[in-house]
Amino acid sequence: MKPAALIPLAIFLVLGGLFAMGLTKDPSAIKTQMIDRPVPDFILTDLRDETVTYTQADLRGQVSLVNVFGSWCTPCAVEHPTIVDIGQQDVVRIVGVNWRDERAAGQAWLNRLGNPYDIVLFDDLSLLAIGLGVTGAPESFIVDASGTVRYKHTGMVTPQIWRDTLLPIINDLKKSAP
Amino acid sequence: MLAEFGHIALIIAFGVALLQSVLPLLGAARRDSRLMAFGDRAAVLQFILIAVSYAALTAIFIGSDFSVELAAQNSHSDKPMLYKITGVWGNHEGSMMLWITMLALFGAAMAVFGKHLPASLRARAVAVQAMIGAGFLGFILLTSNPFLRLDPAPLDGRGLNPILQDPGLAFHPPFLYLGYVGFSVAFSFSVAALLEGRVDAVWARWLRPWVLLAWSFLSIGITLGSVWAYYELGWGGWWMWDPVENVSFMPWLAGTALLHSVMVLGTRHSMASWTVLLGISAFSLSLVGTFVVRSGVLVSVHSFAVDPARGVVILGLLMAATGGALTLYAMRAASLRGREPVSVMSREGGLAMNNLLLVAATVTVFLGTFYPLFIDVISSAQISVGKPYFDLTFAPIMLLLILFMGAAPLLDWQGKNKAGLKAFLKKAGFVFLIVAGLTAFIGKSVLGALAIGIAAYLAFATFAAMARKVKWGKVSAAQSVQLLRAQPAAAYGFFLAHMGVAIFTAAATVMTVWANEDIRRVKIGESISVSGYSFTLTDMSSGERDNYSYLSADITAEKTGRKTVLKSERRFYPVREMLTTEAGFQYSAGATIFAAIGDGDPDKGFILRAYYHPGVVWIWIGAFMMALAGFVSLFDKRLRRQGRDA
Repeated sequence: MKPAALIPLAIFLVLGGLFAMGLTKDPSAIKTQMIDRPVPDFILTDLRDETVTYTQADLRGQVSLVNVFGSWCTPCAVEHPTIVDIGQQDVVRIVGVNWRDERAAGQAWLNRLGNPYDIVLFDDLSLLAIGLGVTGAPESFIVDASGTVRYKHTGMVTPQIWRDTLLPIINDLKKSAP
Repeated sequence: MLAEFGHIALIIAFGVALLQSVLPLLGAARRDSRLMAFGDRAAVLQFILIAVSYAALTAIFIGSDFSVELAAQNSHSDKPMLYKITGVWGNHEGSMMLWITMLALFGAAMAVFGKHLPASLRARAVAVQAMIGAGFLGFILLTSNPFLRLDPAPLDGRGLNPILQDPGLAFHPPFLYLGYVGFSVAFSFSVAALLEGRVDAVWARWLRPWVLLAWSFLSIGITLGSVWAYYELGWGGWWMWDPVENVSFMPWLAGTALLHSVMVLGTRHSMASWTVLLGISAFSLSLVGTFVVRSGVLVSVHSFAVDPARGVVILGLLMAATGGALTLYAMRAASLRGREPVSVMSREGGLAMNNLLLVAATVTVFLGTFYPLFIDVISSAQISVGKPYFDLTFAPIMLLLILFMGAAPLLDWQGKNKAGLKAFLKKAGFVFLIVAGLTAFIGKSVLGALAIGIAAYLAFATFAAMARKVKWGKVSAAQSVQLLRAQPAAAYGFFLAHMGVAIFTAAATVMTVWANEDIRRVKIGESISVSGYSFTLTDMSSGERDNYSYLSADITAEKTGRKTVLKSERRFYPVREMLTTEAGFQYSAGATIFAAIGDGDPDKGFILRAYYHPGVVWIWIGAFMMALAGFVSLFDKRLRRQGRDA
């Protein structure tokens, strides 16, 4: 046996190990770190209007679904019709975070696919996204009326996830808060 | 009944696959021809059983039997027939069924068409193929059974995600899988060759058509995906470097390298262990692709079946298949003796360079795709690698590759034509300078000029190589034509494929550098203008059709008096409560234009987006030329004659 012949196997085993560890890195591990902590402080402008600014205080008062998206993000485009649909049901305030995008591109994207958001924050520099622990887009958070993060969903929100997971949590939070 | 019938056929197929993965190996070891012959029959039987099972699943979808959970989740009685059939593979379970059907098809084809191969080699290859099959059949039966019943059955199904209801996408998975799974033949024969301890020219020549076939199908599959993403998702992005695009591209790159190294092995008896390694890698990368899509380790548009439990099983299969094959390689590679390669200045040297660059490109894409995952694993930091990384790293490697692609076919195998190469390089350099100069002057882009100049160089070099084959200018024109007609199919394949790359490179560059778009709010009668075209919103209407309601807009595009009407629609699918936008396209060999209507009302106006995309069509024409080239090469008589001799 030539030692060189072992190289492909060695490389593969390292990669396989990394894949295996990648699998154990369940997104829920990150979830638990953020859960029940207040949304970090931020000052961000409105996507459509640079002169309008929002802070963490604007997330208080009612339950919000915070949806992170970007015009560069293909899964977001697939997810978006579901978010639009949730917006039409009018059960929760939906806050969009336009992440690592260009202002014009983000606006055009919403014009094309529809704008379900009550507020759209423009976060090109990941100011809020890092604080929230966003790992990739799309990603969605449920924030309660006191501005505390209660749930995080990584990946696309599908009608099924909305119905079976997110909506029940939102309904519970609405009931518990006066 | 159908569901149970299909389920039972699948279980029997699993049993057959288990036997098929053991008995022929035993037979090959003991030189028992009956046991070896069992492998051939089992391969065919396994395919028939799986095909029956797949047909049963399709019948369930067509008959809208919503007592079967999969059909209830993914089909709907109102759905057009085409999408009932294609809906079978528009979900995790069904697509795994398609995967396994094709795997068994290739297994049966190996047994049927490999009759002239040494019996022990064929028996071993068929057994390896059955091991993969057994692994995936077990995976389907235990974690992803498509035949599960629902009780009570719903009145109607939930429909297919409307964004997936599209002819381009409907046929994207079957072609992609034919490619992915087609590389299993190369894998099985590589492992079988390692078991035999012998890799030779006969083996390589027999394998080449299978590699060509898989590679061509994969090319079509990737291109269809790109076309679909372009008009359904990307709107200008014909390639997004989305993780799942990347994992389909990596087997293609490795397959391209394999395709060339198998040619060297078939003619020059060198690069033996390298070819075996590529054979293992191409299919392993396909498995990695399957793993990524099914496990959801990376976020992507394709993650329709995110389930870590499934990921664990597929990772296990990947580790067993690739780990096993590479362990065998480590033990046996020394026995695969090939001739040492000659000089770098030979065609063999050029092809070796081509292989190295393609592998470098594969590694680049691999790193870009999995870097975020690996960094996350190692340091828990979250980073993402996007288009800029790929543009910066991949493009230079490709341009370098094209330099070798141009020159290598002009070299001879022994490396004795140095003077000819010099003369060629002078002329080719001249072509490059003229084209690049003109492009820079007209298009005002340095990078665009560089890339288009290199594409022109490749086109010129490909013509030059063909001219050399037919001795153009050295003999009379009539004799050259005769020589051209006498060229083997592989020569035409070479010409088509390399011209395809040249066209693709030029088109991708034009698209990257000169595309343009604009967006405005317009009322009926108003227009916006983009790169010399004016787009006017002329008419709007609404209504209902098939399984959706729509708002339709007529947009008249005009340039120098020539008018075209583009129809853009916003569609609402009540079953899924989803809204989609269909842009109105006008494809053309020159510039493709399209427009899309957005939110709005008649008083304030509607959002209108208009796009100007020059040359985008040629990206796909170039890609399809490559795929076609693979099929053309299959007709090479040499492949068949040598097959019979062996």
